[in-house]
Amino acid sequence: MGAIYRRELCAYFISPIGYVFVGVFLMLSGAFFALSTLFSATTSLSAYFTYVLLSFVVLIPLLTMRQFSEERKTKTEQLLLTSPVSLWGMVAAKFFAAFTLFGVTLLLSCINFLFIRPEHGTVNVPVMFAELFGVLLCGAAFCALGLFLSSLTENQLIAAITSIGAIVAMLGLGFVTPDISNTVLRSTLKWFSIFDRFYTFSYGLFDFTSLFYYTSIAFVFLFLTVRVLEKRRWG
Amino acid sequence: MIELSHIVKRFGDKLAVDDVSFTVGEGEIVGFLGPNGAGKTTTLGILTGYLSATEGDAKIDGVDILEHPSEAKRKIGFLPEYAPLYLDMTVKEYLSFVYDLKGVKLPRAAHLEEISAVARITDVYHRVIKNLSKGYRQRVGIAAALVGNPKILIFDEPTVGLDPAQIVEIRGLIRTLGRDHTIILSTHILSEVQAVCDRIVVIDHGRILADKTTAEFTQITEAPTRLNLRIEGEQDAILRFLRSFNGVKSAEALSRAEEGVYTYYVETAEGRDVRRDLFFALAEKDFAVLGMEALGVSVEDIFLRLVQGTDKKPAKKEVR
Repeated sequence: MGAIYRRELCAYFISPIGYVFVGVFLMLSGAFFALSTLFSATTSLSAYFTYVLLSFVVLIPLLTMRQFSEERKTKTEQLLLTSPVSLWGMVAAKFFAAFTLFGVTLLLSCINFLFIRPEHGTVNVPVMFAELFGVLLCGAAFCALGLFLSSLTENQLIAAITSIGAIVAMLGLGFVTPDISNTVLRSTLKWFSIFDRFYTFSYGLFDFTSLFYYTSIAFVFLFLTVRVLEKRRWG
Repeated sequence: MIELSHIVKRFGDKLAVDDVSFTVGEGEIVGFLGPNGAGKTTTLGILTGYLSATEGDAKIDGVDILEHPSEAKRKIGFLPEYAPLYLDMTVKEYLSFVYDLKGVKLPRAAHLEEISAVARITDVYHRVIKNLSKGYRQRVGIAAALVGNPKILIFDEPTVGLDPAQIVEIRGLIRTLGRDHTIILSTHILSEVQAVCDRIVVIDHGRILADKTTAEFTQITEAPTRLNLRIEGEQDAILRFLRSFNGVKSAEALSRAEEGVYTYYVETAEGRDVRRDLFFALAEKDFAVLGMEALGVSVEDIFLRLVQGTDKKPAKKEVR
């Protein structure tokens, strides 16, 4: 499992994808920070984190699109599937590789906070950490989603486009649900809405149900990925 | 060492492997011969844990591949039809990755250098795989199969796409490896299994048609049954003579080779080499044989013979 994890992390930086991801992430987060915090003369980071979350629509698929599709296309998945590594080990290694790069870049983007102007007020540190934690969890869920979609095709582009679509849908639910009059439908869709859960973090709460929500979404997609690989083996 | 019993594999409605059973003993080099689409790769996929069988068991050194996949996979070195190489890595990085992937406990540097020497890739050890020739890539694939010193090596069509010199080299390498490994070599090339293997298992349409030693197999294939002759003389008279000759099944004139000389295609009865008799008999009749070529036996011919062989058996039973 460790071998696949290391290989995946290295692969990001052998191809330009890793550099593009880190570069674009830091550039966008810098711009969001300037627009939503500095120029608005505030120390609230809620708007900033919301923008960061929206940028995942294009950023996370960059990390996950080739993870299984490329292995399938170049037939290297045969090496992995005939090695003494379990399917769970393989899927977890790939997920954690994507999540590591994402997490490290997210932490790097925290450099932005050094530029908060004291004259705009004091920073609510617990809220900031709670939101950061929420963004991290959201990223984990999206990484698992992207990994799953990458296991369904051998075409990276299709994996990327479907991931973008799926992330847009999950984020978009948060904007649509308040307008739905049917209570059952509204509460069902609300359950799937990534944004609704994220708001609890923006109140500075370490909400365990939200923690459970994001980790279970990640787990479900990782489980589905394992099932896809297993199913292919059974033909 | 390897035990396949009653393996069946279905892909939807398609039956890819139909009740395949065979065993491979320790130290044997077994050729797995069959035309494209015969079910070779599927069977090897089941054997290596890449695919799961619909029915039947596959055991590697007594370990069931489905029940204890990790333990069974550790005993196998597998080179699939397309060598599974990460083109962006150097040979050293790739072998080191495979070493970690297989969880090998041997001293890393010494072990990797040793297998690189065996696979003869030492001179490209630090080069990026993307820049290597097909022959070298194949050898890197073989080296990867050797990582961890597995007892069993499985090669699926290892010489496809190589030039003749590379083919000879890879076959030589497989023979050398056969000294201390159990090997299954899958191919659709008859001469390849004859050159390398002790035993040949023939598969077609997902079923095993024959399981014979190479010597037994060679007997079937050696006596040429198709000849190309170039004979000087009157065409009709020669054709009449050939057709009436004892041991000749059919004869036909193909084309005019030169003035008064025609090319004839002759098929002889099963297992009979009539070349000498035919030569002297034609000379006696004053028909000069200017050329005689025994046409090689194609894999298709062998399948045909084996299929005919299996078809005959039940027919005989009915007569009784």
